[in-house]
Amino acid sequence: MSELTLTVIKLGFLAVLWLLILSVTSAMRADLFGVRPPKQPKPQREAREAARQNRQPRGAKGTPTRAFIVEGPDTGKSVPLDGTPVTFGRGADCTVPLSDEYVSTQHARLRFHDNQWYVEDLGSTNGTYVGNQRLTRSTPVTARSRFRLGKTVVELRK
Amino acid sequence: MSLDRARARTEPPAPETVAPRRGRGTELVLLIFAIGIATFAYVSVDLGALGRVPPNALAYLGGLSAATAVAHIVIRIRAPYADPVILPIVVTLCGLGLAMIHRLDIADGTTRASTQLTWMAVGVALFVCVLLFVRDHRVLSRLPYLAGLAGLLLLMLPLLPVIGHSIRGARIWINVGPMTFQPGEAAKIILIIAFAAYLVQTRDALALAGRRFLGVDLPRARDLGPILLVWLAALGILVVQNDLGPSVLLFGIFVLMIYVATERISWIILGLLLILAGGFAANAVVSHVAERIEFWRDPFIDPQGQVAQSLYGLAYGGLLGTGLGQGRPDLTPIAESDFIGSALGEELGLTGLIAIILLYALLASRGLRAGLLLRDPFGKLLAAGLAAGFFLQVFIVLGGVTRLIPLTGLTTPFLSLGGSSLVMNWVLVALLIRLSDAARRPAPPSSSSSLADTAVTQVVRIR
Repeated sequence: MSELTLTVIKLGFLAVLWLLILSVTSAMRADLFGVRPPKQPKPQREAREAARQNRQPRGAKGTPTRAFIVEGPDTGKSVPLDGTPVTFGRGADCTVPLSDEYVSTQHARLRFHDNQWYVEDLGSTNGTYVGNQRLTRSTPVTARSRFRLGKTVVELRK
Repeated sequence: MSLDRARARTEPPAPETVAPRRGRGTELVLLIFAIGIATFAYVSVDLGALGRVPPNALAYLGGLSAATAVAHIVIRIRAPYADPVILPIVVTLCGLGLAMIHRLDIADGTTRASTQLTWMAVGVALFVCVLLFVRDHRVLSRLPYLAGLAGLLLLMLPLLPVIGHSIRGARIWINVGPMTFQPGEAAKIILIIAFAAYLVQTRDALALAGRRFLGVDLPRARDLGPILLVWLAALGILVVQNDLGPSVLLFGIFVLMIYVATERISWIILGLLLILAGGFAANAVVSHVAERIEFWRDPFIDPQGQVAQSLYGLAYGGLLGTGLGQGRPDLTPIAESDFIGSALGEELGLTGLIAIILLYALLASRGLRAGLLLRDPFGKLLAAGLAAGFFLQVFIVLGGVTRLIPLTGLTTPFLSLGGSSLVMNWVLVALLIRLSDAARRPAPPSSSSSLADTAVTQVVRIR
């Protein structure tokens, strides 16, 4: 065995060892950066048609296109605002099911009317707040508006 | 890690539309890679030391592949959602250990590597048994006190007159027929299970009752009882059996698990204080401990001693190592057991040793990951305890070998020569696989949503 061969074997072994570590970490990549979300099932035909009827020209100033959950146990979830009403609550049949224990089964609803989004409380236990104001009736919201239900805060963005 | 809050995040979005990734294909590819590395290490040991390809290389490859294949197939059948990287990491570590033991065999003229391979087969057999018989990890939580008692009894076994057996001053072996066995390795796993089951029942009392003092939440005396009991038991074992490692390890695992269960940093502070107090007391009373600390402060008072030789070896290895089979790791006394870390560090260099430590870290992180994903508090605590115990053991032994902390006798998991350690670590990995399978398995879709519909909304109290 020549000296050179042994050195090549030595370095080769270290390289292979680190290659294994790289492959292991790349196998764990999904945990670090998240998996690609599965394709959403196509919406029902009538829902799509209702959405088309309600849809307004995009880009009107201040009209939000997406609601993000920015605080609470479901932080990071978001839902597109395409004109159909969006309900928030702990129940499984809500558009955005939340796991916040302070949120009622049917808690709040976002509704589109006359080119303007409104948030309304659905008779929840702990109420829905815009700022410090507990909602008693439909309240108009725009992009950058926030409202709070239980420990969850929802922000609307363009 | 919060035990309850994490539940929400793990709810799968829509189980019927998502095909969950099982990762068995990934595991197979990584396993082939791991076996390749193990064989490469084995062959290059012979090339380096003797200049020839070992005649039994194919037999070695076959044996390793057979054991791995059995484990992989059982995972496919019994734990199909298990984490795909756990088994490949374990096989790599076993392979590196076997190669290094074989390398020391060449130097010493012994045949311990084949014995170790046999023990690995026994370990895989137990691995299979655990996966076959423990279908749901929650059955393990049923008898916490009995498990705790069984663990302590196992620890005490070596003190019995006939079967107890003392090697190199430490009385931690028992004779089973012609063989010797370290019951402490089995006791470790049983005690982790007992701790987890006990803490699930008492974590609220430990976390919430008690007073605040200097910004630290102090638990009540009656809740403090068990930790003091374990501390005393650990110290007792140390004094009577003359073995530092397991007692430090056990105590550390217990403190970490209490911390995970209660999320109170005060337990870590309390644990560190107790371990310092215990260390000082042991230093004053037990000569064995005082000697270890003396060697830690100045290893070169005995240049032929283990720590000094280990440091020479690591320095000789340098950054890239001497190459497998070309160093002199056999100069360190008992290099194949506690000091296999320094033997590998000498021949693979800092680069290789860091790779090995990273493999351990990845394995422990997979355990913690399973704990984060699991939905039941017992499983969370068990996964965290197994992973923490595993990594604590690596830290204690490698820290001792590299003179970061005083040397305590512990085996390096999967690398060191020794049947009981290897076999029991395979059992530990089987439990981790079982837990990660439960963690990654998609939840039945109906139960979670119907629960959410009927659950009572909590009321915010304003004053």
